[in-house]
Amino acid sequence: MLALLLQVPEHAAPGAAASVGLREGLIQATYLAASVLFILGLYSLTKPARAQRGMQLAALGMLVAIVGTLANEHIVRYEWIAGGLLLGAAIGYPLGMFVPMTAMPQRIAVSHMFGALAATLVGVAEFQILGGQVPHATMAALGFEVMFGALTITGSFMAFGKLQGFVTGTPVTWRGQNAINLTLFAATFGIFVYLVASPDHPALFYAMVAMSLAIGVLMVLPIGGADMPVVVSLLNSYAGLAASATGFAIGNTVLIICGALDGASGFLLSVLMSKAMNRSFGNVLFGAFGAAPTASAALAEGDRTVRSVTAEDVAVQLAYAREVIVVPGYGMAVAQCQHQVRELASLVEKRGGTVRYAIHPVAGRMPGHMNVLLAEANVPYDRLYDLEEINDKFEQADVVLVIGANDVVNPAARTDPSSPIFGMPILNVDQAKSIIVLKRSMAAGYSGVENELFYHERCAMLFGDAKTSVQTLIGDIKEV
Amino acid sequence: MLIITLLFVFILAGFVGYFVITRVPPLLHTPLMSATNAISGISLVGSLVLAGSDRGNVATWLGFIAVTAATINVVGGFLITDRMLKMFKQRLPGGGEGGKDAAKTDAGGR
Repeated sequence: MLALLLQVPEHAAPGAAASVGLREGLIQATYLAASVLFILGLYSLTKPARAQRGMQLAALGMLVAIVGTLANEHIVRYEWIAGGLLLGAAIGYPLGMFVPMTAMPQRIAVSHMFGALAATLVGVAEFQILGGQVPHATMAALGFEVMFGALTITGSFMAFGKLQGFVTGTPVTWRGQNAINLTLFAATFGIFVYLVASPDHPALFYAMVAMSLAIGVLMVLPIGGADMPVVVSLLNSYAGLAASATGFAIGNTVLIICGALDGASGFLLSVLMSKAMNRSFGNVLFGAFGAAPTASAALAEGDRTVRSVTAEDVAVQLAYAREVIVVPGYGMAVAQCQHQVRELASLVEKRGGTVRYAIHPVAGRMPGHMNVLLAEANVPYDRLYDLEEINDKFEQADVVLVIGANDVVNPAARTDPSSPIFGMPILNVDQAKSIIVLKRSMAAGYSGVENELFYHERCAMLFGDAKTSVQTLIGDIKEV
Repeated sequence: MLIITLLFVFILAGFVGYFVITRVPPLLHTPLMSATNAISGISLVGSLVLAGSDRGNVATWLGFIAVTAATINVVGGFLITDRMLKMFKQRLPGGGEGGKDAAKTDAGGR
Protein backbone atom coordinates (compact mmCIF):
# COMPACT_ATOMS: atom_id res chain seq x y z
CA MET A 1 0.00 0.00 0.00
CA LEU A 2 2.91 2.30 0.74
CA ALA A 3 4.25 1.70 -2.75
CA LEU A 4 0.81 2.20 -4.26
CA LEU A 5 0.34 5.52 -2.47
CA LEU A 6 3.65 6.81 -3.76
CA GLN A 7 2.84 5.75 -7.32
CA VAL A 8 -0.50 7.48 -7.56
CA PRO A 9 0.62 11.02 -8.45
CA GLU A 10 2.96 9.72 -11.16
CA HIS A 11 0.38 8.30 -13.54
CA ALA A 12 -2.62 10.39 -12.62
CA ALA A 13 -3.61 13.67 -14.22
CA PRO A 14 -2.55 16.78 -12.20
CA GLY A 15 -6.16 17.58 -11.26
CA ALA A 16 -6.83 14.02 -10.08
CA ALA A 17 -3.59 14.06 -8.10
CA ALA A 18 -4.73 17.18 -6.26
CA SER A 19 -8.08 15.64 -5.35
CA VAL A 20 -6.34 12.42 -4.31
CA GLY A 21 -4.03 14.54 -2.16
CA LEU A 22 -6.97 16.30 -0.54
CA ARG A 23 -8.80 13.04 0.10
CA GLU A 24 -5.67 11.44 1.53
CA GLY A 25 -5.18 14.52 3.71
CA LEU A 26 -8.70 14.19 5.09
CA ILE A 27 -8.20 10.48 5.81
CA GLN A 28 -4.96 11.26 7.64
CA ALA A 29 -6.82 13.96 9.62
CA THR A 30 -9.34 11.36 10.84
CA TYR A 31 -6.40 9.14 11.87
CA LEU A 32 -4.81 12.01 13.77
CA ALA A 33 -8.10 12.75 15.55
CA ALA A 34 -8.47 9.06 16.39
CA SER A 35 -4.92 8.85 17.79
CA VAL A 36 -5.51 11.86 20.04
CA LEU A 37 -8.85 10.47 21.27
CA PHE A 38 -7.26 7.06 21.98
CA ILE A 39 -4.50 8.59 24.09
CA LEU A 40 -7.03 10.76 25.95
CA GLY A 41 -9.16 7.65 26.49
CA LEU A 42 -6.28 5.75 28.04
CA TYR A 43 -5.37 8.82 30.10
CA SER A 44 -8.92 8.91 31.46
CA LEU A 45 -8.29 5.47 32.97
CA THR A 46 -6.08 7.14 35.57
CA LYS A 47 -9.31 8.43 37.22
CA PRO A 48 -12.04 5.81 37.79
CA ALA A 49 -14.85 8.37 37.82
CA ARG A 50 -13.88 9.84 34.42
CA ALA A 51 -12.84 6.61 32.78
CA GLN A 52 -16.17 5.66 31.23
CA ARG A 53 -16.57 9.02 29.52
CA GLY A 54 -13.00 8.94 28.26
CA MET A 55 -13.35 5.51 26.72
CA GLN A 56 -16.59 6.56 25.02
CA LEU A 57 -14.57 9.32 23.36
CA ALA A 58 -12.03 6.71 22.28
CA ALA A 59 -14.86 4.68 20.73
CA LEU A 60 -15.88 7.82 18.84
CA GLY A 61 -12.28 8.10 17.65
CA MET A 62 -12.52 4.55 16.32
CA LEU A 63 -15.71 5.39 14.42
CA VAL A 64 -14.05 8.46 12.87
CA ALA A 65 -11.06 6.40 11.75
CA ILE A 66 -13.29 3.72 10.20
CA VAL A 67 -15.38 6.26 8.29
CA GLY A 68 -12.19 7.95 7.13
CA THR A 69 -10.78 4.65 5.89
CA LEU A 70 -13.91 3.87 3.88
CA ALA A 71 -13.07 6.93 1.75
CA ASN A 72 -9.76 5.32 0.76
CA GLU A 73 -9.37 5.50 -3.03
CA HIS A 74 -8.22 1.88 -3.27
CA ILE A 75 -11.52 0.59 -1.97
CA VAL A 76 -13.56 -0.22 -5.04
CA ARG A 77 -16.24 -2.51 -3.63
CA TYR A 78 -17.99 -2.65 -0.36
CA GLU A 79 -19.86 -5.98 -0.20
CA TRP A 80 -17.07 -7.88 1.61
CA ILE A 81 -16.44 -4.94 3.90
CA ALA A 82 -20.11 -4.72 4.84
CA GLY A 83 -20.27 -8.49 5.35
CA GLY A 84 -17.23 -8.50 7.63
CA LEU A 85 -18.44 -5.52 9.64
CA LEU A 86 -21.89 -7.06 10.12
CA LEU A 87 -20.58 -10.51 11.03
CA GLY A 88 -17.97 -9.03 13.38
CA ALA A 89 -20.55 -6.82 15.08
CA ALA A 90 -22.95 -9.78 15.42
CA ILE A 91 -20.24 -11.83 17.19
CA GLY A 92 -18.74 -8.88 19.08
CA TYR A 93 -21.99 -7.59 20.57
CA PRO A 94 -22.76 -10.66 22.74
CA LEU A 95 -19.05 -10.93 23.64
CA GLY A 96 -19.27 -7.38 24.93
CA MET A 97 -22.70 -7.34 26.53
CA PHE A 98 -23.40 -10.80 27.92
CA VAL A 99 -20.09 -12.31 29.03
CA PRO A 100 -20.18 -12.42 32.85
CA MET A 101 -17.46 -10.68 34.84
CA THR A 102 -16.34 -14.05 36.22
CA ALA A 103 -15.37 -15.09 32.68
CA MET A 104 -13.33 -11.94 32.10
CA PRO A 105 -9.85 -13.55 31.99
CA GLN A 106 -10.78 -15.94 29.17
CA ARG A 107 -12.73 -13.19 27.42
CA ILE A 108 -9.61 -10.99 27.39
CA ALA A 109 -7.45 -13.89 26.19
CA VAL A 110 -9.75 -14.65 23.27
CA SER A 111 -9.80 -11.01 22.18
CA HIS A 112 -6.00 -11.04 21.91
CA MET A 113 -6.51 -13.94 19.53
CA PHE A 114 -8.88 -11.99 17.27
CA GLY A 115 -6.58 -8.95 17.22
CA ALA A 116 -3.57 -11.05 16.30
CA LEU A 117 -5.59 -12.95 13.67
CA ALA A 118 -6.51 -9.71 11.89
CA ALA A 119 -2.89 -8.49 11.90
CA THR A 120 -1.50 -11.83 10.70
CA LEU A 121 -3.99 -12.18 7.85
CA VAL A 122 -3.25 -8.65 6.63
CA GLY A 123 0.45 -9.54 6.70
CA VAL A 124 -0.02 -12.78 4.77
CA ALA A 125 -2.22 -11.03 2.19
CA GLU A 126 0.30 -8.20 1.71
CA PHE A 127 3.05 -10.76 1.11
CA GLN A 128 0.88 -12.66 -1.34
CA ILE A 129 -0.10 -9.47 -3.22
CA LEU A 130 3.47 -8.23 -3.52
CA GLY A 131 4.34 -11.65 -5.02
CA GLY A 132 8.07 -11.85 -4.58
CA GLN A 133 8.61 -8.13 -5.18
CA VAL A 134 8.80 -7.34 -1.48
CA PRO A 135 11.24 -4.55 -0.54
CA HIS A 136 13.63 -5.56 2.27
CA ALA A 137 12.28 -3.06 4.79
CA THR A 138 8.68 -4.11 4.10
CA MET A 139 9.72 -7.74 4.47
CA ALA A 140 11.19 -6.99 7.89
CA ALA A 141 7.91 -5.38 8.98
CA LEU A 142 5.81 -8.21 7.50
CA GLY A 143 8.05 -10.76 9.19
CA PHE A 144 7.62 -9.21 12.62
CA GLU A 145 3.91 -8.87 11.93
CA VAL A 146 3.26 -12.51 11.09
CA MET A 147 5.68 -13.89 13.73
CA PHE A 148 4.21 -11.92 16.64
CA GLY A 149 0.73 -12.30 15.19
CA ALA A 150 0.85 -16.06 14.65
CA LEU A 151 2.33 -16.91 18.04
CA THR A 152 -0.23 -14.65 19.70
CA ILE A 153 -3.10 -16.41 17.89
CA THR A 154 -2.22 -19.87 19.19
CA GLY A 155 -0.75 -18.64 22.47
CA SER A 156 -3.93 -16.74 23.30
CA PHE A 157 -6.04 -19.71 22.28
CA MET A 158 -4.06 -21.92 24.66
CA ALA A 159 -4.39 -19.32 27.43
CA PHE A 160 -8.13 -19.19 26.69
CA GLY A 161 -8.27 -22.98 26.94
CA LYS A 162 -6.45 -23.04 30.25
CA LEU A 163 -8.67 -20.34 31.73
CA GLN A 164 -11.86 -21.88 30.34
CA GLY A 165 -10.73 -25.30 31.55
CA PHE A 166 -10.56 -27.37 28.36
CA VAL A 167 -6.76 -27.34 28.45
CA THR A 168 -5.19 -28.47 31.71
CA GLY A 169 -4.25 -25.62 34.01
CA THR A 170 -1.27 -27.48 35.39
CA PRO A 171 2.04 -26.97 33.59
CA VAL A 172 2.65 -29.51 30.82
CA THR A 173 6.34 -30.30 30.72
CA TRP A 174 8.64 -32.87 29.21
CA ARG A 175 12.35 -33.54 29.02
CA GLY A 176 14.34 -31.12 26.91
CA GLN A 177 11.33 -28.85 26.53
CA ASN A 178 13.25 -25.60 26.83
CA ALA A 179 15.92 -26.83 24.43
CA ILE A 180 13.30 -27.78 21.83
CA ASN A 181 11.48 -24.46 22.22
CA LEU A 182 14.66 -22.43 21.96
CA THR A 183 15.77 -24.37 18.88
CA LEU A 184 12.42 -23.79 17.20
CA PHE A 185 12.56 -20.11 18.11
CA ALA A 186 16.10 -19.76 16.76
CA ALA A 187 15.16 -21.57 13.53
CA THR A 188 12.14 -19.29 13.03
CA PHE A 189 14.21 -16.21 13.61
CA GLY A 190 16.85 -17.57 11.22
CA ILE A 191 14.24 -17.91 8.48
CA PHE A 192 13.09 -14.37 9.20
CA VAL A 193 16.62 -12.98 8.77
CA TYR A 194 17.08 -14.98 5.56
CA LEU A 195 13.76 -13.70 4.19
CA VAL A 196 14.69 -10.08 4.86
CA ALA A 197 17.87 -10.62 2.84
CA SER A 198 16.08 -12.46 0.00
CA PRO A 199 12.29 -12.06 0.22
CA ASP A 200 11.38 -14.11 -2.85
CA HIS A 201 10.79 -17.40 -0.99
CA PRO A 202 7.06 -17.87 -0.37
CA ALA A 203 7.52 -21.41 0.97
CA LEU A 204 9.89 -20.16 3.65
CA PHE A 205 7.50 -17.35 4.51
CA TYR A 206 4.61 -19.75 5.10
CA ALA A 207 6.91 -22.10 7.02
CA MET A 208 7.77 -19.17 9.27
CA VAL A 209 4.06 -18.54 9.89
CA ALA A 210 3.47 -22.22 10.71
CA MET A 211 6.46 -22.37 13.06
CA SER A 212 5.30 -19.23 14.86
CA LEU A 213 1.90 -20.86 15.34
CA ALA A 214 3.67 -23.86 16.90
CA ILE A 215 5.75 -21.58 19.15
CA GLY A 216 2.57 -20.03 20.54
CA VAL A 217 1.26 -23.45 21.63
CA LEU A 218 4.59 -24.64 23.06
CA MET A 219 5.16 -21.36 24.86
CA VAL A 220 1.93 -21.47 26.87
CA LEU A 221 1.69 -25.24 27.53
CA PRO A 222 4.29 -25.30 30.35
CA ILE A 223 2.80 -22.26 32.10
CA GLY A 224 0.52 -22.89 35.06
CA GLY A 225 -2.82 -21.29 35.89
CA ALA A 226 -1.59 -18.86 38.52
CA ASP A 227 1.03 -17.46 36.13
CA MET A 228 -1.73 -16.48 33.71
CA PRO A 229 -1.65 -12.78 34.72
CA VAL A 230 1.85 -12.52 33.27
CA VAL A 231 1.03 -14.54 30.16
CA VAL A 232 -2.18 -12.68 29.35
CA SER A 233 -0.34 -9.34 29.75
CA LEU A 234 2.52 -10.53 27.60
CA LEU A 235 0.14 -11.69 24.84
CA ASN A 236 -1.55 -8.28 25.07
CA SER A 237 1.84 -6.75 24.36
CA TYR A 238 2.54 -9.12 21.43
CA ALA A 239 -0.85 -8.39 19.86
CA GLY A 240 0.04 -4.70 20.03
CA LEU A 241 3.46 -5.23 18.47
CA ALA A 242 1.87 -7.22 15.64
CA ALA A 243 -0.53 -4.33 14.97
CA SER A 244 2.38 -1.88 15.03
CA ALA A 245 4.32 -4.00 12.55
CA THR A 246 1.25 -3.96 10.29
CA GLY A 247 1.46 -0.17 10.42
CA PHE A 248 5.10 -0.31 9.29
CA ALA A 249 4.27 -2.74 6.48
CA ILE A 250 1.44 -0.66 5.02
CA GLY A 251 2.78 2.78 6.03
CA ASN A 252 -0.10 3.62 8.38
CA THR A 253 0.72 5.80 11.39
CA VAL A 254 -2.48 5.29 13.39
CA LEU A 255 -1.80 1.54 13.42
CA ILE A 256 1.74 2.14 14.63
CA ILE A 257 0.54 4.46 17.41
CA CYS A 258 -2.19 2.12 18.66
CA GLY A 259 0.10 -0.88 18.46
CA ALA A 260 2.75 0.96 20.44
CA LEU A 261 0.21 1.96 23.11
CA ASP A 262 -1.06 -1.61 23.33
CA GLY A 263 2.47 -3.01 23.36
CA ALA A 264 3.62 -0.61 26.08
CA SER A 265 0.55 -1.35 28.19
CA GLY A 266 0.94 -5.12 27.96
CA PHE A 267 4.66 -4.93 28.62
CA LEU A 268 4.21 -2.72 31.67
CA LEU A 269 1.51 -4.98 33.10
CA SER A 270 3.61 -8.11 32.64
CA VAL A 271 6.56 -6.43 34.37
CA LEU A 272 4.29 -5.41 37.26
CA MET A 273 2.89 -8.94 37.53
CA SER A 274 6.34 -10.53 37.47
CA LYS A 275 7.51 -8.14 40.17
CA ALA A 276 4.50 -9.00 42.31
CA MET A 277 5.66 -12.62 42.18
CA ASN A 278 9.31 -11.69 42.67
CA ARG A 279 10.19 -13.58 39.51
CA SER A 280 11.83 -12.64 36.26
CA PHE A 281 10.11 -12.84 32.88
CA GLY A 282 12.38 -15.71 31.92
CA ASN A 283 11.47 -17.60 35.04
CA VAL A 284 7.75 -17.32 34.29
CA LEU A 285 8.17 -18.35 30.66
CA PHE A 286 10.71 -21.13 31.08
CA GLY A 287 10.51 -22.00 34.76
CA ALA A 288 7.30 -24.09 34.76
CA PHE A 289 6.72 -23.06 38.36
CA GLY A 290 4.96 -25.65 40.44
CA ALA A 291 5.83 -28.53 38.11
CA ALA A 292 8.16 -29.97 40.73
CA PRO A 293 6.91 -28.77 44.08
CA THR A 294 9.81 -28.49 46.48
CA ALA A 295 7.98 -28.72 49.76
CA SER A 296 9.92 -27.12 52.53
CA ALA A 297 11.22 -30.04 54.58
CA ALA A 298 11.19 -28.15 57.86
CA LEU A 299 7.49 -27.53 57.46
CA ALA A 300 6.41 -30.92 56.19
CA GLU A 301 7.91 -32.62 59.22
CA GLY A 302 6.72 -32.21 62.77
CA ASP A 303 3.18 -32.64 63.99
CA ARG A 304 1.96 -29.11 64.15
CA THR A 305 -1.76 -28.91 63.88
CA VAL A 306 -4.10 -26.35 62.48
CA ARG A 307 -6.96 -24.92 64.48
CA SER A 308 -10.39 -25.30 62.95
CA VAL A 309 -13.34 -23.09 63.91
CA THR A 310 -17.06 -23.21 63.41
CA ALA A 311 -19.00 -20.62 61.46
CA GLU A 312 -20.79 -19.50 64.67
CA ASP A 313 -17.46 -18.56 66.29
CA VAL A 314 -16.38 -16.61 63.24
CA ALA A 315 -19.75 -14.85 63.07
CA VAL A 316 -19.39 -13.71 66.71
CA GLN A 317 -15.88 -12.40 66.02
CA LEU A 318 -17.07 -10.51 62.95
CA ALA A 319 -20.12 -9.10 64.71
CA TYR A 320 -18.02 -7.41 67.39
CA ALA A 321 -15.04 -6.45 65.21
CA ARG A 322 -14.24 -2.79 64.55
CA GLU A 323 -11.75 -3.32 61.74
CA VAL A 324 -12.20 -6.17 59.27
CA ILE A 325 -9.98 -6.79 56.24
CA VAL A 326 -11.05 -9.23 53.53
CA VAL A 327 -8.30 -10.83 51.44
CA PRO A 328 -9.84 -12.35 48.29
CA GLY A 329 -8.00 -14.77 46.02
CA TYR A 330 -8.64 -16.99 43.03
CA GLY A 331 -10.75 -19.25 45.29
CA MET A 332 -13.33 -16.48 45.59
CA ALA A 333 -13.52 -16.25 41.80
CA VAL A 334 -13.93 -20.03 41.49
CA ALA A 335 -16.66 -20.14 44.16
CA GLN A 336 -18.21 -17.00 42.60
CA CYS A 337 -19.11 -15.77 46.07
CA GLN A 338 -18.27 -12.06 45.63
CA HIS A 339 -21.95 -11.12 46.11
CA GLN A 340 -22.17 -13.10 49.37
CA VAL A 341 -18.92 -11.52 50.57
CA ARG A 342 -20.38 -8.10 49.88
CA GLU A 343 -23.56 -9.01 51.80
CA LEU A 344 -21.53 -10.23 54.76
CA ALA A 345 -19.50 -7.01 54.71
CA SER A 346 -22.61 -4.82 54.79
CA LEU A 347 -23.89 -6.79 57.80
CA VAL A 348 -20.60 -6.12 59.59
CA GLU A 349 -20.82 -2.45 58.63
CA LYS A 350 -24.39 -2.27 59.89
CA ARG A 351 -23.09 -3.32 63.30
CA GLY A 352 -20.54 -0.51 63.27
CA GLY A 353 -17.44 -2.19 61.91
CA THR A 354 -15.47 -1.11 58.86
CA VAL A 355 -14.59 -3.56 56.10
CA ARG A 356 -11.70 -3.10 53.74
CA TYR A 357 -10.46 -5.34 50.93
CA ALA A 358 -6.78 -6.07 50.43
CA ILE A 359 -5.98 -6.88 46.80
CA HIS A 360 -2.67 -8.51 45.91
CA PRO A 361 -1.52 -7.65 42.36
CA VAL A 362 -1.47 -11.30 41.26
CA ALA A 363 -4.60 -12.46 43.07
CA GLY A 364 -6.71 -14.17 40.44
CA ARG A 365 -5.95 -14.92 36.83
CA MET A 366 -5.35 -11.52 35.27
CA PRO A 367 -4.31 -8.01 36.37
CA GLY A 368 -7.16 -6.41 38.29
CA HIS A 369 -9.27 -9.61 38.40
CA MET A 370 -10.41 -9.21 42.03
CA ASN A 371 -11.24 -5.53 41.55
CA VAL A 372 -13.59 -6.30 38.68
CA LEU A 373 -15.34 -9.10 40.58
CA LEU A 374 -15.87 -6.99 43.69
CA ALA A 375 -16.98 -3.98 41.65
CA GLU A 376 -19.55 -6.25 40.01
CA ALA A 377 -20.85 -7.08 43.49
CA ASN A 378 -21.26 -3.32 44.12
CA VAL A 379 -18.34 -2.99 46.51
CA PRO A 380 -17.43 0.73 46.34
CA TYR A 381 -13.93 1.06 44.89
CA ASP A 382 -12.62 3.21 47.72
CA ARG A 383 -12.88 0.08 49.89
CA LEU A 384 -10.39 -1.76 47.66
CA TYR A 385 -6.76 -1.34 48.71
CA ASP A 386 -3.50 -2.23 46.98
CA LEU A 387 -0.74 -4.13 48.70
CA GLU A 388 1.28 -1.01 49.58
CA GLU A 389 -1.74 0.91 50.83
CA ILE A 390 -3.00 -1.75 53.21
CA ASN A 391 0.04 -3.61 54.47
CA ASP A 392 0.55 -1.36 57.52
CA LYS A 393 -3.17 -1.59 58.39
CA PHE A 394 -3.16 -5.30 59.27
CA GLU A 395 -1.76 -4.61 62.76
CA GLN A 396 -4.93 -2.75 63.69
CA ALA A 397 -7.29 -5.27 62.10
CA ASP A 398 -9.45 -7.23 64.53
CA VAL A 399 -10.34 -9.92 62.01
CA VAL A 400 -8.83 -10.79 58.66
CA LEU A 401 -10.89 -13.02 56.38
CA VAL A 402 -8.76 -14.84 53.82
CA ILE A 403 -11.10 -16.13 51.10
CA GLY A 404 -9.50 -18.48 48.62
CA ALA A 405 -6.05 -16.87 48.75
CA ASN A 406 -2.95 -18.85 49.67
CA ASP A 407 0.53 -18.01 48.38
CA VAL A 408 -0.06 -14.25 48.54
CA VAL A 409 -0.49 -14.44 52.33
CA ASN A 410 2.28 -16.95 53.11
CA PRO A 411 4.67 -15.40 55.66
CA ALA A 412 7.40 -17.77 54.43
CA ALA A 413 7.93 -15.30 51.58
CA ARG A 414 9.22 -12.90 54.23
CA THR A 415 10.93 -15.21 56.68
CA ASP A 416 12.12 -18.44 55.05
CA PRO A 417 14.99 -17.96 52.56
CA SER A 418 14.70 -21.63 51.52
CA SER A 419 11.11 -21.18 50.35
CA PRO A 420 10.54 -21.04 46.57
CA ILE A 421 8.40 -17.96 47.05
CA PHE A 422 10.93 -16.18 49.30
CA GLY A 423 11.11 -12.47 48.46
CA MET A 424 7.67 -12.26 46.89
CA PRO A 425 5.78 -9.25 48.27
CA ILE A 426 2.90 -10.59 50.38
CA LEU A 427 -0.02 -9.24 52.37
CA ASN A 428 1.04 -9.18 56.04
CA VAL A 429 -2.13 -10.79 57.35
CA ASP A 430 -0.18 -12.58 60.12
CA GLN A 431 0.03 -9.26 61.98
CA ALA A 432 -3.73 -9.11 62.55
CA LYS A 433 -5.33 -9.91 65.88
CA SER A 434 -7.33 -12.79 64.43
CA ILE A 435 -6.99 -14.52 61.08
CA ILE A 436 -9.73 -16.68 59.59
CA VAL A 437 -8.88 -18.68 56.47
CA LEU A 438 -11.77 -19.96 54.35
CA LYS A 439 -10.44 -22.99 52.56
CA ARG A 440 -11.75 -26.17 51.03
CA SER A 441 -9.02 -28.45 52.38
CA MET A 442 -5.43 -28.42 53.56
CA ALA A 443 -4.08 -28.76 50.01
CA ALA A 444 -1.02 -26.65 49.26
CA GLY A 445 -1.31 -23.51 47.17
CA TYR A 446 -0.42 -23.18 43.52
CA SER A 447 3.31 -22.96 44.19
CA GLY A 448 3.13 -26.30 46.03
CA VAL A 449 4.48 -24.63 49.14
CA GLU A 450 2.86 -25.28 52.48
CA ASN A 451 1.51 -22.18 54.12
CA GLU A 452 3.02 -21.31 57.52
CA LEU A 453 0.14 -18.96 58.13
CA PHE A 454 -2.21 -21.88 58.79
CA TYR A 455 -0.11 -22.94 61.78
CA HIS A 456 0.00 -19.42 63.18
CA GLU A 457 -1.25 -19.12 66.77
CA ARG A 458 -3.83 -16.47 65.85
CA CYS A 459 -4.99 -18.25 62.73
CA ALA A 460 -8.03 -20.50 62.46
CA MET A 461 -9.42 -22.42 59.52
CA LEU A 462 -13.03 -22.46 58.38
CA PHE A 463 -13.15 -25.48 56.09
CA GLY A 464 -15.67 -25.86 53.30
CA ASP A 465 -16.74 -24.37 50.00
CA ALA A 466 -16.26 -20.59 50.17
CA LYS A 467 -19.75 -19.78 48.96
CA THR A 468 -21.45 -22.12 51.48
CA SER A 469 -19.19 -20.88 54.29
CA VAL A 470 -19.93 -17.23 53.61
CA GLN A 471 -23.66 -17.97 53.32
CA THR A 472 -23.58 -19.73 56.71
CA LEU A 473 -21.70 -16.75 58.16
CA ILE A 474 -24.39 -14.38 56.84
CA GLY A 475 -27.09 -16.45 58.55
CA ASP A 476 -25.15 -16.72 61.81
CA ILE A 477 -24.17 -13.07 62.09
CA LYS A 478 -27.82 -12.06 61.84
CA GLU A 479 -28.52 -14.11 64.95
CA VAL A 480 -25.67 -12.72 67.06
CA MET B 1 6.83 7.69 4.40
CA LEU B 2 10.35 6.80 5.37
CA ILE B 3 10.85 3.90 7.72
CA ILE B 4 12.78 6.20 10.04
CA THR B 5 9.79 8.58 10.28
CA LEU B 6 7.60 5.62 11.20
CA LEU B 7 10.15 4.60 13.82
CA PHE B 8 9.91 8.08 15.34
CA VAL B 9 6.15 7.66 15.58
CA PHE B 10 6.50 4.18 17.11
CA ILE B 11 9.07 5.12 19.73
CA LEU B 12 7.32 8.35 20.77
CA ALA B 13 3.91 6.65 20.97
CA GLY B 14 5.53 3.91 23.06
CA PHE B 15 6.82 6.53 25.50
CA VAL B 16 3.44 8.25 25.70
CA GLY B 17 1.84 4.85 26.34
CA TYR B 18 4.38 3.98 29.01
CA PHE B 19 3.94 7.22 30.95
CA VAL B 20 0.15 7.30 30.68
CA ILE B 21 -0.27 3.65 31.63
CA THR B 22 2.13 3.88 34.58
CA ARG B 23 -0.44 6.20 36.14
CA VAL B 24 -3.39 3.83 35.71
CA PRO B 25 -4.19 2.43 39.19
CA PRO B 26 -4.18 -1.39 39.68
CA LEU B 27 -7.90 -1.01 40.35
CA LEU B 28 -8.48 -0.48 36.63
CA HIS B 29 -5.95 -2.92 35.20
CA THR B 30 -8.58 -5.25 33.77
CA PRO B 31 -10.50 -2.42 32.04
CA LEU B 32 -7.10 -1.18 30.82
CA MET B 33 -6.47 -4.51 29.12
CA SER B 34 -9.86 -4.57 27.46
CA ALA B 35 -9.48 -0.90 26.47
CA THR B 36 -6.11 -1.38 24.78
CA ASN B 37 -7.62 -4.42 23.10
CA ALA B 38 -10.52 -2.43 21.72
CA ILE B 39 -8.16 0.31 20.57
CA SER B 40 -5.84 -2.14 18.84
CA GLY B 41 -8.91 -3.17 16.85
CA ILE B 42 -7.72 -0.22 14.75
CA SER B 43 -6.03 -2.88 12.61
CA LEU B 44 -9.51 -2.80 11.09
CA VAL B 45 -8.34 0.12 8.92
CA GLY B 46 -5.75 -2.12 7.26
CA SER B 47 -8.24 -4.96 6.89
CA LEU B 48 -10.91 -2.72 5.33
CA VAL B 49 -8.60 -1.60 2.53
CA LEU B 50 -7.61 -5.23 1.94
CA ALA B 51 -11.20 -6.48 1.77
CA GLY B 52 -12.38 -3.61 -0.43
CA SER B 53 -9.64 -3.26 -3.01
CA ASP B 54 -9.61 -5.56 -6.00
CA ARG B 55 -6.35 -7.39 -5.50
CA GLY B 56 -7.31 -11.01 -6.06
CA ASN B 57 -9.66 -13.47 -4.39
CA VAL B 58 -7.18 -14.61 -1.76
CA ALA B 59 -6.58 -11.04 -0.61
CA THR B 60 -10.32 -10.32 -0.51
CA TRP B 61 -11.06 -13.44 1.53
CA LEU B 62 -8.23 -12.85 3.98
CA GLY B 63 -9.38 -9.24 4.19
CA PHE B 64 -12.95 -10.33 4.91
CA ILE B 65 -11.86 -12.60 7.79
CA ALA B 66 -9.54 -9.87 9.10
CA VAL B 67 -12.36 -7.30 9.01
CA THR B 68 -14.58 -9.73 10.93
CA ALA B 69 -11.94 -10.46 13.58
CA ALA B 70 -11.02 -6.79 14.06
CA THR B 71 -14.69 -5.75 14.24
CA ILE B 72 -15.30 -8.34 16.97
CA ASN B 73 -12.58 -6.63 19.01
CA VAL B 74 -13.79 -3.12 18.31
CA VAL B 75 -17.47 -3.78 19.07
CA GLY B 76 -16.98 -6.30 21.86
CA GLY B 77 -13.97 -4.50 23.32
CA PHE B 78 -15.52 -1.06 23.69
CA LEU B 79 -18.81 -2.49 24.97
CA ILE B 80 -17.22 -4.64 27.67
CA THR B 81 -14.88 -1.83 28.72
CA ASP B 82 -17.89 0.44 29.07
CA ARG B 83 -19.72 -2.18 31.15
CA MET B 84 -16.77 -2.53 33.52
CA LEU B 85 -16.12 1.19 33.87
CA LYS B 86 -19.78 1.78 34.64
CA MET B 87 -19.34 -0.51 37.68
CA PHE B 88 -16.35 1.51 38.87
CA LYS B 89 -18.28 4.76 38.56
CA GLN B 90 -20.91 3.69 41.03
CA ARG B 91 -21.72 5.38 44.31
CA LEU B 92 -18.96 6.19 46.71
CA PRO B 93 -20.06 6.50 50.32
CA GLY B 94 -17.92 9.01 52.16
CA GLY B 95 -17.57 11.05 48.98
CA GLY B 96 -13.98 10.13 48.20
CA GLU B 97 -12.18 11.05 45.03
CA GLY B 98 -14.60 11.29 42.15
CA GLY B 99 -17.63 11.35 44.47
CA LYS B 100 -19.05 14.30 42.58
CA ASP B 101 -19.12 12.46 39.28
CA ALA B 102 -20.58 9.42 40.96
CA ALA B 103 -23.41 11.51 42.38
CA LYS B 104 -24.10 12.83 38.92
CA THR B 105 -24.39 9.28 37.64
CA ASP B 106 -26.91 8.42 40.31
CA ALA B 107 -28.96 11.44 39.34
CA GLY B 108 -28.73 10.21 35.78
CA GLY B 109 -30.95 7.30 36.69
CA ARG B 110 -28.44 4.50 37.03
